[in-house]
Amino acid sequence: MNTASVSTARPSVSERVKAVAAALVVGVALVYTTGFAASTNVHNAAHDTRHGLAFPCH
Amino acid sequence: MVTRVLAVSILAGLLAGLVVAALQHVTTTPLILQAETYENAMSEGPGAPLAFAQGQARIILAHNHEAGAGHDEAEWKPEDGPQRLLFTSAATIGTAIGFAALLLAGMLAAGDTIDQRRALIWGACGFLACGLAPGMGLAPELPGAAAAALQERQLWWLGTAVATALGLFLFLRYQAPWLKLLAVVVILLPHLVGAPHAPTPESKVPAELAAHFTSLSLGIQAALWLVTAFAVGTLWPWLGRRAEAR
Repeated sequence: MNTASVSTARPSVSERVKAVAAALVVGVALVYTTGFAASTNVHNAAHDTRHGLAFPCH
Repeated sequence: MVTRVLAVSILAGLLAGLVVAALQHVTTTPLILQAETYENAMSEGPGAPLAFAQGQARIILAHNHEAGAGHDEAEWKPEDGPQRLLFTSAATIGTAIGFAALLLAGMLAAGDTIDQRRALIWGACGFLACGLAPGMGLAPELPGAAAAALQERQLWWLGTAVATALGLFLFLRYQAPWLKLLAVVVILLPHLVGAPHAPTPESKVPAELAAHFTSLSLGIQAALWLVTAFAVGTLWPWLGRRAEAR
């Protein structure tokens, strides 16, 4: 566990909370759109990816 | 920091998505196309909307949109060939960017140092949560397979992914025996509840093809998690060093 790490100035807590929130929103929105959105057009466009990545499809 | 999160997510997702899109093009997509020929033959046959004729309202024959009420026959879908490849690749890249962002959200929230080794561990756990655990209940399937209602399966899938992720985090982060025990219970819970299944199999796709597809698609999802995680673990410190050097 003594891997060398990059020591930038430690970000403030609020900065980190904002970063986590942004990452969470982007991640959930994208995975929802490509893997779960019910729209027929989105489904048809992402069809092979949904099957190919083992998401539930149809 | 928000900018760094977005930049690393997009770059890592783009890289991993491109690699895995190429993998899909030569592995899972040919099997999907092959399965569609069986499916089309089946829906053109005389007893096409079998599941509906039997009055099993909750069973849907995957892909058989024509049999569903109110579906437009002329619905848009990408044309076979380059257009379909383009949309599939874009969707895979989008998923990879999403996985990268979720990985960063987890690692930052946990206060972990982001390097290659740690990111890969998180990526492996991401695959266990979103690939292997849901796949044990809902085996990845080819077009044409019978399945329970989509929303029920999506709900079970999401619940299983969240429970597995939470359980893994509890188990790996805390020392107290009762927490480790709780973690195991949380991981097992969705499987005790059980995934929604169609009561009767419908697929005309040969079992060998379906089995091959199931293991391939899990492998492809594992590859997507690991390549994405490796890229995140490489790019995050790299962007940090660049910012410091300025």
